[in-house]
Amino acid sequence: MLNIKAIGKSFGGLVALNDVSFSIEERTISALIGPNGAGKTTLLNIISGIFPPDTGDISFSGISISKLPSTKIARAGISRTFQQVELFGDMTVLENIMVGRYPKTRAGFISSGLRLPSVIREERSIRNISLEILDSIGLSHRKHELSSSLPLGEQRILEIGRALATEPKLLLLDEPAAGLNIKETRSLGEMIRRIRDEKKITILLVEHDMDLVMRISNRITVLNFGEVIAKGSPSEIQKNHAVIAAYLGTEED
Amino acid sequence: MGYAGQVSLGQAGFYGIGAYISAVLSQQYGLPVMMSVLSAMIVAAFAAVLLAVPSLRLKGHYLAVATLSFGEIINIILNEWGPGGPSGFGDIPHFDILGFAFDSTTSYFYLVWGCVAFILLFSFNLINSRAGRALRALHGSELASRAMGLDVTALKIKVFILSAVYASLAGSLYAHYVTFISPSSFTLFYSVLVLMMAVIGGITNLWGAVIGSVLITILPELLRSFQEFDVLVYGLVLTLSLMFFRKGLVPLLIERTNKLRRP
Repeated sequence: MLNIKAIGKSFGGLVALNDVSFSIEERTISALIGPNGAGKTTLLNIISGIFPPDTGDISFSGISISKLPSTKIARAGISRTFQQVELFGDMTVLENIMVGRYPKTRAGFISSGLRLPSVIREERSIRNISLEILDSIGLSHRKHELSSSLPLGEQRILEIGRALATEPKLLLLDEPAAGLNIKETRSLGEMIRRIRDEKKITILLVEHDMDLVMRISNRITVLNFGEVIAKGSPSEIQKNHAVIAAYLGTEED
Repeated sequence: MGYAGQVSLGQAGFYGIGAYISAVLSQQYGLPVMMSVLSAMIVAAFAAVLLAVPSLRLKGHYLAVATLSFGEIINIILNEWGPGGPSGFGDIPHFDILGFAFDSTTSYFYLVWGCVAFILLFSFNLINSRAGRALRALHGSELASRAMGLDVTALKIKVFILSAVYASLAGSLYAHYVTFISPSSFTLFYSVLVLMMAVIGGITNLWGAVIGSVLITILPELLRSFQEFDVLVYGLVLTLSLMFFRKGLVPLLIERTNKLRRP
C-alpha cells in the first residue's frame, strides 16, 4: 500500500537519506530501525509531508504523495504520532481525540456559532466516537483532564488515540515506547497488534526497543547513515551481519 | 484572536471600517441603518481576506506588525478621504430596527448588550465545536494540527475574518450611538486597548475578554485626575498584569478556585 522509491534528502551538506526504497504491505506491522541519526524520523517526516524529499517518490494506494502538504496526506489516510509528544496541551484528553475527527466531519464557523441542528447531531457523533476510542485505549477515566497533566506513557497512548480518530489507513508511530516502562511497553505492543487486527490499520513503527520490534513486527527495514542496509522478517534481521555490525560496530570502526 | 493564538494590532482598522461605512451609507446614501451595518460587516470581511492572505504566512511579531500597518493605512485613508477629513463628520442617524429608534441611552444599552450576548453565545458555541476545537488545536501545536488534517491556513483566515466582522459591528454600534465620528477614534491606540482587554482579562477565555473590556473601559473614568498621564497608567497596568498574571485575570481566578476546591 505504501511504496517508497529511491528517496533522498539532505540538510545543508549532511545527507540524511540516500536512495531509500522499501514497501509496506496492507494490514502488516512494519518497523523501521537503525542507530541514532540513521534518518528514521526524517523518513517519517517525509512520508507525512512535513517536508518534501529532494529526490525519489512515495506512492500511497497508487497515488503519489511525496509533493503533498501534510494536511492533504493526513486526509488521504496517513496519520502519525510524534517522538516529542505533540498533544494539544491546553485541551482535555477527550478534546484531543475530538480534534482527530476533524477530517471526517464538516461543520463550519457560522453553523457552529449558531449551533444548528445539523451541528448538534454531528457534535454528538464526534463525542460518541471519541469516547469509544478513549475506551479502547483505556484512557476513559482521564477524559476531562488536561492532556498536558498526563504522565508521558499515557500521553503517547493518547497521541495514538488521536491519530486513530482520523480513521487512517496507515498509522506512523515515531518511537511510541520511548520513556515507557516494561509493563507499559508490553501493553503498548498488545495495543498496536489490536489496531492492526481489529481496525485493519497498517502500521509503520520507528522504535529503539528491540524486544517490542521483534515481537510485533511482520517486516523490518534497517537504516544506517541514511541507507537501507537490510530488509526482512524479525528472525532474518536478527541474523543479518550488516545489522549486527551497524549496531555493535565492526573492528574496522 | 486569543483562542487561535494570533495577535492582531489592526483591529482599529476594522473598527473604523465598521463605523465609517455604516455611517456614510446611512447618512449620505439614506440606506436603512441595519443594511448599512451589515454592508460594513461585509466590507470588513473582504478587507480581512485581503489582509489575511499575504500576512497570515507571518507569525508572532511579524504578523502583529503587518496588521499594525493595516490599521495605520485605514487611519490615513479615513483622514484623507473620509467625509470631513481629520475633523470627521456628524449627524449620523441613530440605530433603528424596523422603525424602532434606539435614540436613548437606555435603549442603546439594551441594544449593545443584546449584541454582546449574541456574540458571546455565538463564540461559546464556536469554541466548543469542531471549528473552535481546531482553532485551539492550532494554538497548541501547528505541527500536530496539520498531521490531523486541519486546513491550517483556511482556519486562520476564517478566524481573522470573524474578528474583523466583530470589530466592524462594534464600530457601527459606536458610530450610530455617538452620531459623530472622526479618524482619531480609530488609531493604533484603540488596537492596543483591544489587545490589552484581551490580555488582562485572559486571552484564552471568553469571559476574560468581557471582564477585560469592562475594566479597560472603566479605567479612564478612574484616571480622570491623571489627565494626559493616563497612558502611563495603562502601560503600568499592562506591565503588572503580564508580570503577575500572564494568563489573564479570569484564568487566574479559575486556577485559584480549582485549587481551593481540590487542595
